[in-house]
Amino acid sequence: MALTKRQRAKAFRGVQYGLLVVILIVFAFVADWGTIKRAFFDFEVMSKLFPDVILVALKNTIIYTALGFAVGLLLGLVLALMKLSPVPPYRWIATIYIEFFRGIPALLVFIAFNFGIPLAFQVRFDNLSTVTISLAIVGAAYMAETIRAGIQAVPKGQIEAARSLGMSQGRTMATVVIPQAFRIILPPLTNELIMLTKDSSLIYLIGVQYEQLELTKFGRDAMNQYRGMTPILVAGALYLIITLPLGYLSRRLERHTGGKKVS
Amino acid sequence: MTEPAVVITGLKKSFGPLEVLKDIDLTVAPGEVVCIIGPSGSGKSTMLRCVNLLEEPTGGKIVVNGVEMTDPDVDIDRARTKIGMVFQGFNLFAHLSVINNLTVAQRKVLKRGEKEAEEVARHNLERVGLSEKANAMPAQLSGGQQQRVAIARALSMSPEVMLFDEPTSALDPELVGDVLGVMRQLADEGMTMLVVTHEMQFAREVADKVLFMDGGYVVEQGPAAEVIGNPQHDRTKSFLARVLNPTHQDPTD
Repeated sequence: MALTKRQRAKAFRGVQYGLLVVILIVFAFVADWGTIKRAFFDFEVMSKLFPDVILVALKNTIIYTALGFAVGLLLGLVLALMKLSPVPPYRWIATIYIEFFRGIPALLVFIAFNFGIPLAFQVRFDNLSTVTISLAIVGAAYMAETIRAGIQAVPKGQIEAARSLGMSQGRTMATVVIPQAFRIILPPLTNELIMLTKDSSLIYLIGVQYEQLELTKFGRDAMNQYRGMTPILVAGALYLIITLPLGYLSRRLERHTGGKKVS
Repeated sequence: MTEPAVVITGLKKSFGPLEVLKDIDLTVAPGEVVCIIGPSGSGKSTMLRCVNLLEEPTGGKIVVNGVEMTDPDVDIDRARTKIGMVFQGFNLFAHLSVINNLTVAQRKVLKRGEKEAEEVARHNLERVGLSEKANAMPAQLSGGQQQRVAIARALSMSPEVMLFDEPTSALDPELVGDVLGVMRQLADEGMTMLVVTHEMQFAREVADKVLFMDGGYVVEQGPAAEVIGNPQHDRTKSFLARVLNPTHQDPTD
């Protein structure tokens, strides 16, 4: 008997559910739950990780990210303004910077600042500066494009109104355009912040003191010490504690500014 | 004789190959209300925007209150503080409350103190009948209210000339009256005004002088009653016939 199109679709969906159930059952029988629990959810190890995983690692991740973001935002704003400059060389410089640092791995920048520049110029940055500068340099390249788009999204009438009131070009930028641009780009900027949070893990490359460990390096060291996946899992969960609310915030802001007319 | 408020001589403006203003002359006396009418694309908005140099003229000379706007060395920002402008799209600063829309330029440009700026702002909000909206955000106001706030914002700079660029064209019909009422009151108080408008009733009743523009030229100008009531040129006649009676069919069409 030939099945109708709808019946075929229904049958196919049934097969998909069935397959999933079979896989789960097989997995449940095959898996060694004792080992899995010991490897991933060793509560004894977990209890040893606290409170330092919060007070040291999570705290440092937040500090590194916040510093990198703040400096990067400033640098990104300067680059965005350069990109919009009527003077061509400024635009070229900004474009080269943005394309360069968006095109190379962030890890390379960390290596350059921690090893390359000290070797080449006999200068030495402390670890906090290395992280801040590296994150800022990479973050700025991404944020510059976002900020530029935000500035250009401010309606032209706003600029005309400001100029007609006697505001100079710079004054118009500072009091009318940039505040509105930031409202527009708050959601994408939040995403940049999430990216930087994860990129702060690149500090694992640098030999840092215990007090300077952030989540990834902390988790990795603890993993070696306790011979199990549990610390990595805890570190991952703590990243999510930062990034999931930021993602939620970003989506909410998007809905908020998307729904409100800016004119 | 007192010095004229606005003198435009031989004004030309091109956008690339497109010549929008061909040769405009206009003199506006202090306290005079000039309405500029004409079909869309006739260059009337461009002419108005040339007065405060939002558009840079290609040729000609513009003098406002004795300051030559077209002089390359003019302090344009300073000159603009004396010329208020009201736009078709209101253009209130979307991120600032009504009161801050009115004070921001006073403080940052005129360097007035916070207290003085706010006093001036509240006085002007009262003039446009929106005192109770001081703390509202622009998005919370109707179009008519936004436009009245925009007028109050321009007035807060204590301008000597006001430019209105189709101030009621973006409004719902029932809100037009409030804005025209404020403009009429302003005219009665002796403000020098240049108004680009399609509101023939307003032009007829309030304007001292009406300018009919078409194709980049001033086709006809004179007292409102003459230009609107008894137009001499065919272009003016057919334009007015169409505007005053939209169902009218021009026999030459």
